[in-house]
Order: sequence, then C-alpha cells, then structure tokens
Amino acid sequence: MVTANTELGYNTKVEGGVVVSRADAVINWIRTNSMWPMPMGLACCAIELMAVGGARFDISRFGAEVMRFSPRQSDCMIVAGTVTYKMAPQVRRIYDQMAAPKWVIAMGACASSGGMYRSYATLQGVDRIVPVDVYVSGCPPRPEALLDALVKLQEKVKREPAARRLLSA
Amino acid sequence: MSAEFVTAFKSRFPMAVDRASADHPAFNLPYDEVVPALRFLRDQWGFELLMDLTAIDGGPGTEPRFTVVYHLLAPNRGATYVRIAAPCAGPEDEPAAPSVVGLWPGANWHERECWDMFGIRFDGHPDLRRILMWDGYPYHPLRKEFPLAGVETDLPVADIQEETGTRVVAAPMAGGPFVASTGEVNLTEAEPRALDQSWSDRRVQPGQTPLRQVKE
Repeated sequence: MVTANTELGYNTKVEGGVVVSRADAVINWIRTNSMWPMPMGLACCAIELMAVGGARFDISRFGAEVMRFSPRQSDCMIVAGTVTYKMAPQVRRIYDQMAAPKWVIAMGACASSGGMYRSYATLQGVDRIVPVDVYVSGCPPRPEALLDALVKLQEKVKREPAARRLLSA
Repeated sequence: MSAEFVTAFKSRFPMAVDRASADHPAFNLPYDEVVPALRFLRDQWGFELLMDLTAIDGGPGTEPRFTVVYHLLAPNRGATYVRIAAPCAGPEDEPAAPSVVGLWPGANWHERECWDMFGIRFDGHPDLRRILMWDGYPYHPLRKEFPLAGVETDLPVADIQEETGTRVVAAPMAGGPFVASTGEVNLTEAEPRALDQSWSDRRVQPGQTPLRQVKE
C-alpha cells in the first residue's frame, strides 16, 4: 500500500504484519505446496495414479490434486506407463508446451527404464526424451510410492535457487 | 453340425486339405479359392463372425513363407468354429493375400495389423495403412528375421529427434529374451534361459564400448 509515510526506520504500526524471509524460500514454498500435475497416463500405472487422486490416498493432502489435462496449466508431468516410440514425440511435445518451471516424475518401471518391454517398440526410459526429476520403482508402484515421489520432488524443489533463475531468465 | 458342413465344404471345394488341429476343423486352401470358400461358409453355413485374421511366418526360405489364417464362428449354429489357412502369393519379401473386408467389415483392422506386422499386402483393402507402428517405419517387426530388440531407425517426428538427440535403438536384451521351459521339468531347470539375439553381456552392440571383460 502506498502511503505518505516517509519514515524509513522502525515503524510500530506494521509490527506483526511483516514477515522477513529469503525470496527462494517464499517462491519455493509457493511452488511446492500447489504443484499441479499433468497426468501423462499411458498404461496401467495410470490406474494407480487415479487411485492416488482418489479419497483413500488423496494426493490433495500434499497440494497436488489439481490434475490438469492441459500442459499450459501444469507444473509436474507424471509419466505413468509404457512410452512407445510412436508416443514418445507426443510426450516430448507436451513437455515442451508446459510453462517453466516444470518437473517430471517417471512413474513405474516402464517409464523409468522400459520395464519388461525390452522390445523394438518401446522407448527404454522416458529420460531419453525428457529430463526426469524423480523415478518411482514398481510395476505398477503402490499409490504410497507415488506420494513418496511427490514428497521427494517437493524436497528437491525447496532446494532450488528459484530467485536466481527467475532473474537470469 | 460340424460333420455336415465339413462334408459339404469338402465336396464344394475339393482342393481343401485337412490341416493339423487339436480342436476345431481346419483346412488349407489355395490362394485363389479363399474368398469363394469364405463366402460359401458365411452365406451357406452361417459363419457370420470373423473371430480373427492373422498370419504365420514360416521363416526365411520356407515354402510358403507366409500363411494367412481366418478364424470363423457360426454363432447361431451351435457356435461352430473353423479355421481356414491359405498361403500368400507373390515373392517372399512382398507377399499378397486377397482382402475379405467385403465379406466382414471387421477384417479391416485385422488386415491392417497383418500388413503392419508381416508386410502382407491385402489386395482390395480400402485403406491399407500401418496400425501399430507409425507411418514410415521401415520394417515389419513380426517377421522371423526381425530381431526382438529392434533395429536402429529414426523417431517418427524429425524435429523431436533433433531436439532430444534420441533415435529408435535396439533394446538392451541383457542376455535375453528369456524363455521359460514348459512341461514336466525341475523348477530350477525351468528358470528362464537366455536365447540371445542381438545383444548380451558377452557380445557388444555395434557402436557400444565394452563395459567389462567376460571370460569365454
């Protein structure tokens, strides 16, 4: 609020209304606690992803319940399932359409490494086309494992030099 | 009804030869008699449902190399089932078969899959495109000479390939593919054994540096 007050020293009138922190801490706190996922459901892992969104496991406890099927509005792509070579360019295209900052969780064995699909048709790990932040093991992973991945990703985001990146961008 | 239609079918198509089958009647037919025979079965004997249309690759050098198999069901005649097999015409690398989309519209995607996986061209198909692999993929992956691991090719989209520097490469088989033995065997001996095709710990893929030495 702009006031006529030109006093630069200690002001008792705003005491209790001011919090002093680092920019990184504030920005990362905001990013961490409302991470909107982009559900890239490609195979059976997407069923577990739906369970994570449901009432029993409830990903909204961690602030990531707003599944956006639109890459423009999402922060974190959860690649849930087998990525075929035919689908790989589309996965990359959707990743490119997401606004920065953006993160990727490779959910399950297939997205992490190709899984049991050692074949001519399957991309051997989604990290060959997009940078992956967290890998989740399992075939498919338990919903708790995905929640754990989200918490791990939040811990990673909290350590990022967000302010420096914003200024240099 | 099974015996009736078999005798009728054989008297109508004397070229039909019994095909080895553990359950249902099965016949081998020459290439040019397939469509009349299928039409006969559909119209005269109630085989209204094309359950499946697939192909068999006998392997390089075999004669015939490719055989198309039709699975038919007569749902209103005691659920009778029959299989018709016909060798493909044409040279070994360009096999051809007649399309049966005119008889069963459901054959459309089956024939597209057969074209995609085996490279069998179905004459008269209204829209013969690949269905599983992408347009422009240079191989037919279910042919016997195609390795399971795949062959290095371009990604379907050129600019994504440029951006990511990723190509379609042969999958690391890590000593596989792993095939379990079947039948009455000791479980320890039935553990999957490697039937190596293109890559293993012992043999190094082209363009790859060996990670460790393995004593032969």
